[in-house]
Order: sequence, then structure tokens, then C-alpha cells
Amino acid sequence: MRLAYYPGCALHGSSNDYEQSLRACLGKLEVEPQEIQEWICCGATAAHALNHKLSIALPARNLALAEQQGFEDLLAPCPMCSMQLLKAAKLMDEDAGLRREISSVIEAEASGRVKVLNLIQVFQRVGLDRIKPVVKKPLADLKPACYYGCLLTRPPDVVKFDDPEQPSSMEAIMAVLGAKPVDWNYRTECCGAGMTMAKEETVLELSQRILADAQQHGANCLVTACPMCHVNLDMKQGDIERHSGERFGLPVYYLTDLVGLALGISAEELGIDRHFVKKV
Amino acid sequence: MSRIGVFVCWCGENIARTVDVAEVASASAKIPGVRCSVHYKYMCSDPGQAMIREKIERERLDAVVVASCSPHMHLKTFRKTVERAGLNPYLVEMANIREQCSWVHHDRSQATAKAAEIIRMSVEKVRQDHALQPIRVPVTRRAMVIGGGVAGIQAALDIADAGYEVVMVEREPSIGGKMAGLSETFPTLDCSQCILTPRMVEVGQHPRIKLYSYSEVEAVDGFIGNFTAKIRQKARYVDISKCTGCGECWNVCPLKRNPSEFDFKMGMRPAIYVPFPQAVPARPVIDSKTCAKLIRNGCGLCEKKCQAGAINFKDTDKVVEEKIGAVVVATGYQLYDIGKQQTGKLAGYGEYGYGKYKDVIDSLQFERLVSASGPTNGAIKRPSDGKEPKSVVFVSCVGSRDNAKGLSYCSKICCMYTAKHTMLYKHKVHDGQAHVFYMDLRSGGKGYEEFVRRAIEQDGAKYYRGRVSKITQQNSKLIVRGADTLAGTPVTIEADLVVLAAAMRPSPGVTDLARMLNVGYDEHGFLLESHPKLRPVETNAGGVFICGACHSPKDIPESVAQASAAAAKTQILFAAEELTREPEIAQINEQMCAACFACYRTCPYHAIEQAEVHTPRGVFVKKTARVNPGLCMGCGTCVAVCPSKSAELEGFTEQEIYSMVESLA
Repeated sequence: MRLAYYPGCALHGSSNDYEQSLRACLGKLEVEPQEIQEWICCGATAAHALNHKLSIALPARNLALAEQQGFEDLLAPCPMCSMQLLKAAKLMDEDAGLRREISSVIEAEASGRVKVLNLIQVFQRVGLDRIKPVVKKPLADLKPACYYGCLLTRPPDVVKFDDPEQPSSMEAIMAVLGAKPVDWNYRTECCGAGMTMAKEETVLELSQRILADAQQHGANCLVTACPMCHVNLDMKQGDIERHSGERFGLPVYYLTDLVGLALGISAEELGIDRHFVKKV
Repeated sequence: MSRIGVFVCWCGENIARTVDVAEVASASAKIPGVRCSVHYKYMCSDPGQAMIREKIERERLDAVVVASCSPHMHLKTFRKTVERAGLNPYLVEMANIREQCSWVHHDRSQATAKAAEIIRMSVEKVRQDHALQPIRVPVTRRAMVIGGGVAGIQAALDIADAGYEVVMVEREPSIGGKMAGLSETFPTLDCSQCILTPRMVEVGQHPRIKLYSYSEVEAVDGFIGNFTAKIRQKARYVDISKCTGCGECWNVCPLKRNPSEFDFKMGMRPAIYVPFPQAVPARPVIDSKTCAKLIRNGCGLCEKKCQAGAINFKDTDKVVEEKIGAVVVATGYQLYDIGKQQTGKLAGYGEYGYGKYKDVIDSLQFERLVSASGPTNGAIKRPSDGKEPKSVVFVSCVGSRDNAKGLSYCSKICCMYTAKHTMLYKHKVHDGQAHVFYMDLRSGGKGYEEFVRRAIEQDGAKYYRGRVSKITQQNSKLIVRGADTLAGTPVTIEADLVVLAAAMRPSPGVTDLARMLNVGYDEHGFLLESHPKLRPVETNAGGVFICGACHSPKDIPESVAQASAAAAKTQILFAAEELTREPEIAQINEQMCAACFACYRTCPYHAIEQAEVHTPRGVFVKKTARVNPGLCMGCGTCVAVCPSKSAELEGFTEQEIYSMVESLA
């Protein structure tokens, strides 16, 4: 499967372990993510708070580039990026005048032909029935808490993915890998996201709740498909433990880590050894 | 018509201030064929009408033009006036020189000239008018009531007590509707079943009520006074004429663990069952989806045990026909399905965990939980572990007043029944605490506000103005997170039970029924009344009336009042043996009709029939469109679409309209 790959700032920077894992895992499934040439910011950070038009123009340019480079599907592994791209596509679909205006701003035409996928949708596209027979090392002793975060399913009318409040698509993948996902409460709660820069205490409190609930429901690890969530739950876990006085020790995996492990890829190749919380 | 009388009204100052009525009257007198032309201060007053009658008699007038207000105001008045003077009532025209002239103009001379022209047009029209006779249609004095809830029961009993026969059709195995499952009712806390079941028995025993339970209306043909309904009696597998209701069959049935529809899945029932002890008819029905005999030819114990030989596993659906003259629709409501993605934007409320957590239930389930006839015999035990909940959170407006993923309207009764729920709970669990999240408290109604205050002040329910954002579960407690917008703080409550007051929606399938009956419905599927203020139980389909929650969310008193209103309207229809209708309806010139049936397809009242013309010896000549005078409402759509100009509207013929236009040239 040929696929446009939109890394966004995270996968080339703080979360390049995610990219490493993604490339290793998808390569095994004959999915070929090709980085969009000359991609720019998705508009997620300051743009959408400061300038509405800019927050559409930035993702629209990325969509237009993917289209020019002959792609039909686009993978944005960061949920913030995929939501921004989907939002721009939706707004332009609903308003032909806006599409013309944005097209003239970005000096390219985004017709809306490119379909934006999140990471889970790529696995769904490959087909769970095709992943199942190639599982080499079933993750039988893994009881992951599948964590979707705030953006994978929201806003529902933009992303149109899974049940926004009680999602189950990641659990379905886990079941195929032989893992036993736990039923827990904080699947779609906020981890604190970018507040990690501005007001760390918020992140420490919000992420603590997520870790605590996962632990209470018998999880022995978390799995996520968001670089920001991974930063807050993995890198900050030590700080969270110090802040709350609780001990979690819960490894946090990217979705591609666990699929990769089950397919027989080594932890080093997936970059799992670069995570902060190690498996005990 | 050559002896036309023109009567110009001043309408006090309404017309006379802007229009020179004397000048208009004298100008009208000069129109050829006008025999007399007079003006008077109030033509609609008794002396005014006497003047018209006197002129008709003395001047031997053969047509009358009254120049006054809109025909909507007084056409009926003046038709009666001329009729009393011996003139055909359809030989009077009204020239509207008030709404269409004096009220909308300032310049006296221009308004006067315009009034004269309006009158001239009416004179030309009345010249073309001919006498019309009211249409008489025989009436089958027998009503069908669809739905056997409290509204349907009230309507049926009122009509039957007035001396007319009633056919009642109920979809479920028993009548009683939602009310039969309620515990106590607001604002008096009297027992719902105690006040309803005597009425149900009355229906069951009434000599003039024919009850079709476990049946559905499949088709309705005909028109006001003359409907034919096809009713499907679903296979019950029990012959209710033989059955004595002894109960041996459901006692012996081994398949006892099927979720009970009547208990909203809070309790269990056997495969052969009566929904509740006071059911009418008190005869069981076999659930073909669970009965072992019907699925795989096993078991059959009930048949062996039945002394009366009433069990019939070979039973099939039967379709019967009933002739009726009026229909009362009382199909009631269902609750918003909170957990599930539904049609369109109704996305469900996954955040409340309904369907995921056993102790999150909806308000009708709570009714069964507190009802003495419910699965716990009225003891408040939560579904998960049967423990008595010490803290209960009630969430109102679930699905109501929510444009994002619910319904835009207010479900109207939830504020009241939630207050009731907190009281019933407190009366049974004295050390318990009820919490209510609400948007606004809407307690308009006799004794309603006082009732809500009692819940808060005497029974100590805690009310928080705000919404709940998420419900999660921790160690068998439900963690309810919400906002108190009056205090401006987030609220977290550890609850043992959560009750969601789900929005009221019309019953499933009601829009199919509406199409069958030619009744309109709104975007939510609620049936449309003919006029929101003045014709609240009539519909645009003649002879079809609505009452209860099929029209909009309603409580019991309002449903009952509306049901009696629908019954009264039915009795008005049945008061005469023949139905008189206005003769201003469409007619098809069958000789000219090319049988293209453009009119057939466009008629909004389905009043056009496809007919055949035969010679007196029965030889087929041609096809033609034909108007059913019982159904035609005289809207004129067929006249507009007919390519061969074969359709005419009596009282508004093309000739009449053209001569009006010509008079202006």
C-alpha cells in the first residue's frame, strides 16, 4: 500500500522514536509511507488560536502537496495533525468560496481528494484478518489499557472515527495480537497535552488520573497512538510519581510498538529501548 | 345574473376613514347589472344583515356583493344571511376593501378608486357564479382508536360512552401503554396502576369497544366518514376465546429468563407470558423468538398443561378489515436510546455509559424499579448487585434541548418526574441522598412548582444547575463528573445508581402510519395538528384526530384532556348521519381528460382516482381522472397542473377569474 506520510513536528523531533517504530512496523506489513516533500506545519500550535484562515491554509497546503505528488491516502500519525488536516478538508468541502480563497492563498489547489487516515485506520485498511495470521509472538501476558486521548475521536463531526466516548478500535487490534486489553474509564480523557510547557502541574494531575485508573483496572501497560500523550505518560511518569507519591511503573507503548513486537520485530528495532519507563 | 346588489360596509372607521364609501357605492351602482348599491356602518351587524335581506326580497336580487373585510372573517355570516332571504349561499361574493385596501393605504382618493375596482371585479365574478349545493357524504358512525395507552383508552371510552362503536388497535399484547408501568404519578403521588387499570377493564368489558390487541394497522383507505382499515393480528399462538387466563402455561414454561419488555429489561419473563398481572386482555402470548417449540419443535409443555386447549402453535398472522368513519391516533412515545448511535445526528451519549454500566438506567427503568408491581416488588435495588443505593444521581435533559447530538425540543415532563423520582426514592431509602443535574426547572402546571419545591425542601434532593460530562466506574461506585454553573465549580459525586431522564420521541413506525393516514409530521416524527391554537386535535386529513404524546411530549393530564377533545371531535362528526362538505371542490371534465394523471400524482390529499368510462352497455371507452368529493379540499393544485385544462375548481372557475381580470382592463 502506497501512502503519503505526514510526520508533523513531533515525529521528526521529540517523538522520533514513534517514527522509528512506525517505519519498522508498517514496513513489515508492506505499507510504504512516503514522506510528503516540502511539508509544512499542520497549524496545530499557535495558528488555530490566532488566525482562523491561517489555521486552514497551513493544513490545506499539506493536502494540496500530497495531491500534487499523486497520493490518494495520507497517514498523519499524530492525532492533532490528522484532526487539523480533516478540519481543513471539511471546512473547504462545506464552503466552495473558502476553497477558492484558500487555494489562492496557498497557490495550490486542494480538491479534497486525498483521504486523511490516523494510525488505527491504517491498520484497519491493512485488515485485521490479514494481520492475525502473521502474528509471530502473541502478546499473551500483556494487559494494555488502550488510550485514545482527547483527539483521536474528537471532534466527532470532524474526525468521524469510532464512538467518540466509548471507542473500541484499538482494543480490536490488541485482541488480534493476542493481548488482553482491560476495560477502563479514561480512554478519551485529556492527558494535559501542551500544558506540559506552560503549566506542568496540570499535566501531572491529569496524567496521574489516567495512569491510576489504568492501574486500578488491572492494566500492566498503556498503548497510545499520539506522540504528545506518550511524552506526558512516559517521559513525565517519574515526575507524576514524585508529585502524587504513587508508584505506577507502567510502560507506555505506541500502537506500532505492540503490533511490531507481535510481528516479531525486536524491541531495539522499534525503539522501545528509548522509552523512559522500562518493562520490568 | 342581472340583478346584483352591492353592499358597502364602513366597518366603523376601519374602511370609511380611508375610503369614501358613499362615492364607492354610487360608482358601483353604475356597473351594468347592479340593481342597487348601498352603504352602511356595520354590514355584519343585525341591522346590516336585515338590510341585505330586505333588499334581496324587495329588489328581487339574484346575486350579492358585500364590500367589507376578508372572506375569512365574515363569508360564513353573509352566506347565512342571503340563504335566509332565499338566495343560494354560493351567490354571494366578498370584496375585501379593508385588509386589501383601507388598512394598507393612506391616500383617500386613491384608496377610494381602488375600492371601486375591487368591487367591480367581485361584481364580474358574481355574475359568473352559479348555485352550488353542499356535498353530502354518508358517515360510518364507528371510530378506530390506534394505540391503547392512557390517551387511547380515554378517547375510546368517551366515544363508546357517547353511544358509538369503537375499534381499538394496540400493538402490544395488552393495553395500558407506558402509564401501566409507572409507579406513582405527579403531582399527587397517586398510584398509576390504581387509577389506570379500572379504565383498562372498562375498555375490555365495554359492549361497544372491539379490542384488537397484539395487532397493527396495516393500511387505511377511504376518506372522512368512510374509511376501511386493514388490521394485522399478529400470531399470538394462544386462542384468547378459549383461554381462561389460569396461568398454568406461564408457570410451567421452562424458558423463564427472557428480558421483559414491560419491565424495560429490568425483570425477566417466560417465553409464554402476560406482560403484567392486570393486563387487558389477561391472556398470554407466546414469544416466537424464544419459544423452544416454535424455534426447534422442542418442549411444548404449555400445550400439554393447558386444560382449555387454547395453545395453537400453528397460529399465523391474520388480516381483518374494519369499516370506520373516524380515526383517533394515540400512538404515544418512546425514549431516546441513550447508548446507541441512532438516525442522523442522534449520536447517543457514550459518556454516560448507558448500556455499559448496569447501574446507569433510564427513567422508565427507574419507574419499574420503584413500582410495587416491578421486578423488585418496589424495593429499590440496583441492577448490578441488588444493593440498596445510598446515593442516586438523576440527570435531566438527556437528549432534550441538545442541538449537537440530541433533539432541539424540551421533553416537558422530565423536570416533574425527576422531582417525583427523588421523592419516591427518599420515601423508600430514608438515609439516601438524591442529586439532580438540571438545565432549567420547568414546572408549569397546577401544583407542579409546589411539587418540585417539596422535593427540594422537604425531601432534601440536592439540585445542581449544570450538565454531567462523564460517568465512569470505580470499585462498584459510579463517578459522576459534572458542573454546578450557579456555584461556578466542577462537581464530582460518587453514586450507587444513575438515572438518565431521556428525551421523549414519537413511537417507532408512527411516520409510516402518518403517511398511511395522510397526516403531516414534523422533523422529529411528531404528528402535526391542523392549527396549533384553534384546531389542536384535528389534522389536515379529514376525520383523523390526534391526541397524547404522538403529537408532542405530554404528561398524563394533558394527554387525557386531548383524548377527550379528540373524542368530542369524533362525536361531532358522528352527530349527523350524513356529512355536509363545502361544494367548492375540483371537478374533472371526463370527456376532455387525457388521462395523463398529472393531477393524480400532485394532489396532496390523494383525492384523485384513476377511473374508467364505460358505455351504458359496459364497453370500455377511456380512462379518466376523477375527483373523490369526500377527500377533495379544493386547493386547486390539479387545476394548475392539468395540461388539457380539464380540471376546474367550483366557485373559482377559470372563466370567473378571467372575467375578474378583464374587468380591470
